[in-house]
This record gives sequence, structure tokens and C-alpha cells, in this order.
Amino acid sequence: MSLSETRPAEGAARLDVAALRADFPILAQTIHGKPLVYLDNAASSQKPASVIEAEREVYEAYYANVHRGVHTLSMRATDAYEGARGKVQRFVNASSVKEIVFTRGTTESINLVAQTYGRRNVGPGDEVLVTGLEHHSNIVPWQLRCEEKGARLRVATLADDGSVRMDEFDALLSPRTKLVAVAHVSNALGTVNPVRRIVERAHAQGVPVLVDGAQAVPHLAVDVRALDCDFFAFSSHKMYGPSGVGVLYGRRELLEAMPPWQGGGDMILSVTFAKTTYNELPYKFEAGTPHIAGVIGLGAAVDYLSAVGLARVAAHEHDLLVYATERSREVRGLRLVGTAPEKAAVLSFVIEGLHPHDIGTVLDYEGVAVRTGHHCAQPVMERYGIPATTRASFALYNTREEVDALVRGLHQAVETFS
Amino acid sequence: MSELRELYQELILDHTKKPRNFGELPGANRQAEGYNPLCGDRATVFLKLEGDRVADVRFQGAGCSISTASASMMTESVKGKTRGDVEALFDRFHRLITGDPARAALNAAPELGKLAVFSGVCEFPVRVKCAALAWHTLRAALAGEDRPVSTEVSESSSGDADGKAR
Repeated sequence: MSLSETRPAEGAARLDVAALRADFPILAQTIHGKPLVYLDNAASSQKPASVIEAEREVYEAYYANVHRGVHTLSMRATDAYEGARGKVQRFVNASSVKEIVFTRGTTESINLVAQTYGRRNVGPGDEVLVTGLEHHSNIVPWQLRCEEKGARLRVATLADDGSVRMDEFDALLSPRTKLVAVAHVSNALGTVNPVRRIVERAHAQGVPVLVDGAQAVPHLAVDVRALDCDFFAFSSHKMYGPSGVGVLYGRRELLEAMPPWQGGGDMILSVTFAKTTYNELPYKFEAGTPHIAGVIGLGAAVDYLSAVGLARVAAHEHDLLVYATERSREVRGLRLVGTAPEKAAVLSFVIEGLHPHDIGTVLDYEGVAVRTGHHCAQPVMERYGIPATTRASFALYNTREEVDALVRGLHQAVETFS
Repeated sequence: MSELRELYQELILDHTKKPRNFGELPGANRQAEGYNPLCGDRATVFLKLEGDRVADVRFQGAGCSISTASASMMTESVKGKTRGDVEALFDRFHRLITGDPARAALNAAPELGKLAVFSGVCEFPVRVKCAALAWHTLRAALAGEDRPVSTEVSESSSGDADGKAR
């Protein structure tokens, strides 16, 4: 999957961004007297009114626990909750709702796999293969598992432009490799990994692949069957849905074979003090009362994104990336970090003599919200020998005028500190 | 913009660009490292302690303008002071940057001297840790702690100001 594959054909209708912006109530405000320019979407995106309304409606009209009662509200809540599962299934083109497990977020989805599949299949002397651009949430769960099992974490490193050295990846794949865990899109650099190729290589050796799709789902159409990956983890809050909800897609045969993770209510069929029989998929992995309203809100976010159309979103964001990349060259001393040919709309950079925190503070005074720091990807920072970057990350509601505001703010930061 | 100018005063920018007492200190008998895990800022403080008195102090590290200027100006203000003086000064400084309600009186205290330029920091709660990093590190060096200090620990265990600092 790459950005170019998701670009629409010539003549496809462009996004009516002004209309879309009106869907996001939070955008219509000023910060320090300036219009809010929200460019921290890779950290978390804002929510359209339809998502906010869906959550509100749950609590005002039909809230009750799911999968429990015979009363009307519980049945309505269950229908809406399971309806959201169906929406998510179609959104990523999974073959069955049984393959869609709701979690707290990408981090929990990955930990679930590490602690069930990983615990059972990774042993002493085995290896888990990741890449140099992973978020901490796709490093630490594997480190924990490897430490416990006497296994080894292997890393395919990055080329200077921020793309994964695929020759290294191929060389590291071996009979010892028990799992490959890779990001679809890098949160710190924007690099889009060649996931399909990675899956092909891994499967050729019989190795399953987990894809951290947190940064992919809001920006490009994801088809888990076309990718042929075995697990795909993502979060609701980065795709215009509520925070506190995530998804783990898992290939059914693998999920069936995996032991349960957390024990509790909802994940059981029958419990006696002698023995518990676990529930069927996906409930086996959903112990306890879930984030009911959040899941239903995620369903509304899926509806929203699908109605806008991911191909058009990708084209719009690509246009912003090209424009922002071009305009960033005007800023004295600015150096982009991450210039891979296949990139999502993330602009990570350093400016000579300026610390990202100072840049972030000056930009905030211009109403521009960006992320500054290591982006939970310290190995990426280490790779480039920098402690931190400033990162502007775009969403479907951003505009070229907002890129202009960013660049104005950067000029001002340079002036302040030179 | 006025709050921004208040934060980035000329004196702070000057110390950012030309940090004083920067680099290793030959003959140092105390040393500590500080780390701000949220932004990756690091500071090493070198001390030459003679009895109870800071005979000399230098620092090294990489950080934002606030943390660099704070470290630089700290070295100037604590040189020659006793441990007790340093503690009292830190207390005042910390109240200043966290916006302690009693700061108005402290602001006027002559002991704070040039450090008063950091008064703008309290308007920027997320930057308190930047200004405090070098100080926490200095105190660790004075206490002879050999574990690196982290602003996460220091700024969350030092009382009521921390809600703002986080």
C-alpha cells in the first residue's frame, strides 16, 4: 500500500474542505487571538459533530450494558455496539466480524498479541523482527516478551531518507523469526512502509506479520485482505473517533488458536471453580464491560471517513504535504527529517540553532498546534542524532492557508532566536 | 505576544546563545546528570565543593532556550554560595517559575537578582520543567546522588506546584 496507489484518478472530485471544517466544532476558535491551526493530527485528530452526537445519543437515549440484559435498552445498546463492529469490519475489509476485537487502543492491541500469540509462539533463541521507525508501542511489548522468553528483538534499520532498508529486512528474516511487527506509516517521519512486500517476504518463510496501522487508517484506504497481514492494530482517536478505543484485526485461525488474554466477564461461556470455558471470537478477547459509547462513536467516525472517501482524503493530504514541503524550504536553517518517496502527510523537521520546544511555544502564540519532542520514537531520533523534532501532521480539514500560518510562525521563531 | 516576550526576555536569549560556565569543570568533586524524559533535554552539572561552599560550578548539556539559559544563569548565581544559600535560592526560584501565590513578595527579594527574568515561565506550565532541570541536577550533585535525576520524578514530588508543572 502506498500513497500513490490511493491517489484518485484525474478529475476525481476534490474535497470541499471549507464544508468539512464546519463539521468539526473545535476548529472554530482562536488561540491567543489567532485562528486555531491544528497540525497535531498524528498525535490525535479532532472529532466531527456526528461522532460527538453519536456518543451523546448513547447516553441520552439508549445507554445500558451490552451482551447482558433482555431489556430494551440493553438490546439497543448491544445492537449499536455490534453494529459498529460490522462497520469496522467493512472499513478494513476483514472477512468476518469475528476478526474484529475492540481494545483500548493500538498499544493495547499490540500488547494483546505480544502476551497471547507471543507468549505461546516465541521461545528461547527465537526472534521478533521490527523496523527502525517503530513507535515505542511496537517495540516495548516485544522487548518485554523477548526478555521473558530469552528471545531476541531484531531491527531492520533506516536509510537516510527514513525508509526501511529492505535488503537488511530480508537478510534478518530467518527460521528463528517467529513474528514480524511493523508500522504501516511512521508517526515520526511519515514514511509509508511497503507492507505488502514485507508480508510477502515474511509469509514466504511462514512468518506471520503484525501491522501497527495507527497512522495509516486515517490517511489511506486499508484492506487487510489485500495486505494479507495477520494482525492489524489501530486506534479510534487518530481517525476522528473517540479516544480510549482501539481495534485489533486478527486472522481468524490465529485468533482461534490464541489463548485468552484478560479474564473476566463477557469472555466466558461458562465458569465453575473447576474450569472455565471461553467464549467464541471476538468476545474471548473482550473481558469486562467495554467502552460502549466510544465504540459506537468509532462506528460514526468510520461512517464519516467512508462518506468523505479515503482516496480523496489521501489526495488532499498529499497536496498539503507537497505544498508544505515546498514552503518549508523558505525557512532559514530548516532541515526535514524523513524524506522517503512514499510519505504520509507528516512534516518532521529541525531548525539550526532552535530547540523544538521553543519553536512549539512561538507557534502556539500564532495559534498553530504542532508536536515537539521525540514522538515516542526515541530510536528514530537516535538514528538521526537529534534529541527531538518539530512535527506538523495534517488531516482532511487542513488547508494551504494553514500551511502558510505555519511557515509565518516558523519565520517568527527564527527571528526571535537569531 | 506580550506573554511570549515576557518568557523570552533579552537576558534569557543572551544566555541561550552564549551560555556561561559551559563545559566540563577540571577538578570537580561532585557531578550529577539530569534528564527531562518528555523532551529529551539533558544536563550535567559539575561542582567543586569546598567544605560547605560552592567554589566553582559548570554545566554541559543540550536543551531548549529556557533550560539552557536557566542552567547558565544558575551557575552564575550559586557560585560562592553555601548549600543553605543554594537551597533557599532554589526554593525562591521554584516558587517564581511555578507561580506560587506568595511569589509577589519573593519577586521583590533581592536574593533572586537576575533570576527574576524567569518570572514569565509560570504562564507556560509545560515549560516549568525546562527551567527547573538544571536546578534539580545541581541539588542532586550537592546531595551526592549518583543516580540521574528526572524532572518527571522531581517535578511531581515537590508539592502543590506540580499540578501546573505537568
